[in-house]
Amino acid sequence: MLSIDNLHVSIEGKPILNGINLDVKAGEIHAIMGPNGSGKSTLSSVIAGNEDYEVTKGDIVFKNENIIELSAEERAHKGIFMSFQYPIEIPGVSVTNFIKTAINANLKARNESEMPANIMLKKIREKAELLGIDSKFLSRSLNEGFSGGEKKRNEIFQMAMLEPSLSILDETDSGLDIDALKVVANGVNKLKNKDNAVIVITHYQRLLDYIIPDFVHVLHEGKIVKSGDKSLAHELEEKGYDWIK
Amino acid sequence: MSWRKKDTIGLNKITMSLADKLVSSFLAFELDTNILSPVHKIRTEAIKEFEKLGFPNKKLEAWKYTSLKNVLKEDYTIFSKKKNVLEFKNIKNYFLDNTETYKLVFVDGFFDPFLSQTNHDGADICILSAALTKPVYSKVISKYFDTSINKKDSLSLLNTAFSKEGVYIHIPENKILEKPIEVIHFATGNEAALMLQPRNLIVLDKNSQAEIIETHQSLTSNPIFTNSVTEIFVAEDAHLDYYKIQNDTLTSSLIDNTYISQEKKSIAKVHTFSFGGKLTRNNLNYFQKGSYIDSIMKGITIIDENQLVDHHTLVDHAKPNCESHQDYKGIYSGKSTGVFNGKIVVDKIAQKTNAFQKNNNILLTDKSTINSKPQLEIFADDVKCSHGCTIGQLDQDALFYLRARGIPKKEAKALLTFAFANNVLESVNIPSVKSKIKKIIANKLGVDLGFDL
Repeated sequence: MLSIDNLHVSIEGKPILNGINLDVKAGEIHAIMGPNGSGKSTLSSVIAGNEDYEVTKGDIVFKNENIIELSAEERAHKGIFMSFQYPIEIPGVSVTNFIKTAINANLKARNESEMPANIMLKKIREKAELLGIDSKFLSRSLNEGFSGGEKKRNEIFQMAMLEPSLSILDETDSGLDIDALKVVANGVNKLKNKDNAVIVITHYQRLLDYIIPDFVHVLHEGKIVKSGDKSLAHELEEKGYDWIK
Repeated sequence: MSWRKKDTIGLNKITMSLADKLVSSFLAFELDTNILSPVHKIRTEAIKEFEKLGFPNKKLEAWKYTSLKNVLKEDYTIFSKKKNVLEFKNIKNYFLDNTETYKLVFVDGFFDPFLSQTNHDGADICILSAALTKPVYSKVISKYFDTSINKKDSLSLLNTAFSKEGVYIHIPENKILEKPIEVIHFATGNEAALMLQPRNLIVLDKNSQAEIIETHQSLTSNPIFTNSVTEIFVAEDAHLDYYKIQNDTLTSSLIDNTYISQEKKSIAKVHTFSFGGKLTRNNLNYFQKGSYIDSIMKGITIIDENQLVDHHTLVDHAKPNCESHQDYKGIYSGKSTGVFNGKIVVDKIAQKTNAFQKNNNILLTDKSTINSKPQLEIFADDVKCSHGCTIGQLDQDALFYLRARGIPKKEAKALLTFAFANNVLESVNIPSVKSKIKKIIANKLGVDLGFDL
């Protein structure tokens, strides 16, 4: 599904990623771990199409198409979703209207007709329930005044609504207490199937107790320095990141 | 007029030529109108004062950022000779959708009785030319007409001198008007360049309510210059809800001088939506003459190319325990220019005044400009006054967030723009006005309206 080949990325001339290689197939869960400043968030932003970063070398191929030149919205239309580490507050736009606009924009881009209002509402109710989201919350302005946990839950709610093929969860566990973490992880697991894939980006191992990865990669100074199965995550938890450097 | 000939700067000469033309047209105008009318003296005084002052120029503090030079250079016809006939089906888009309203329609400065519905049943909704000449209105005219305008403002004086036609609305005590009043001034281009000077008088008696929507619409690319004066009197416990929809063509300019006098416990709310026009200057003046008054001013300005919109507000807090609320939002692209000057005066006896002023702006291009200036003159000590002004760009992180969810750039920008302007739209009480404004904004931003907020 996703194939990253020798990816080099800079921001304002400063190299951040120095030759990333990664293959993600449908049905897989990959975890990318690494210390602060290793380039984890840069990698997710670049896959999602943030234009602040400059790709200096390499390719990102998604569903057999090189997406390096595509805009963020075009990547979203192809089925890429990123759960933001710091979701943006947008006063004046309610959660419901935001998600309606996003869904219909995606349908339009795929030349499909808009989702009828009653089906939309039913789906919103269903997915909100899955993530334990109160309906009052849906009429509030997007992320405005939300707690850390509410923001992350809202990100996974959007993922549930948009049903992407590839979801990148950027530090979704940060700022969550253990109960919120379980709700979010449970939501992700329920949305997982053989046709989609998830990349979990995290500093800590604890989220991986609930979202079990098939592969774990360790990022250091903009390169994947070690890959393994889920036991690698436990090893990192015990020994810290120093031993892999 | 010989002293004026000493002016040696070329541009001043051109400016003066319209002023001269106006002054010399006055005599003919008075002969043609009703010289026996009680307002004859008022008009004559006004033209004398205008002759002394001339049009405002950039040397005046209040006109520092707004030059009339390009507007005044056209050779305007001061009174259109002929009446053009408009058919309702060709102009119906300019009216509100699915809303029953009283309509007062003016075409090239003339009242159009076929497109209008005047009313005298329970409230007078008619025209100033009738009110100035018929004895039945003389009591109201002598009590209110020309009593609130700034006698140092040359544009208001000019309008007074030529005051002849416009709106006359009188809502009697306890009357709650069930339908909004729509006022539209059309210009058809029957003259190569036309100057219009509507003069409006609106009186709301005690405990009455009215909603009014005012539009100026050119149907031509010929230059149109409108210098409008509206005097509004809101009596005790009365409630005025006024909407100015300014979405005119790029060859039309508007100077809107509105004077609102409020008595105790009244509420007067004015929304000004400025999207069109070459140059638009809004002089919105509030005078509080009693206690427990609320004065509300809201505005959304979205302009581009070489457009200029200038909001000058004045709130005169002269009595204790009153409030004023101002919230103006502006979005500027192209080489457009915005001006916001909000003057709040709190008299020394006006204790417990609450005066709030907000002006938030987004500049979308490097070449757009906003000049924003609060002007607070507070002489009382127990007051709450706040003013805040922001100037920024659209939040790039928010834009990326929306795009990462599949919302295309243009729509994402539009959504953020709507969100930015939303709290002003929220206070619009007439649904068809709200949907009209949303449609104009969507059109202006080049998007389909795929979202409601």
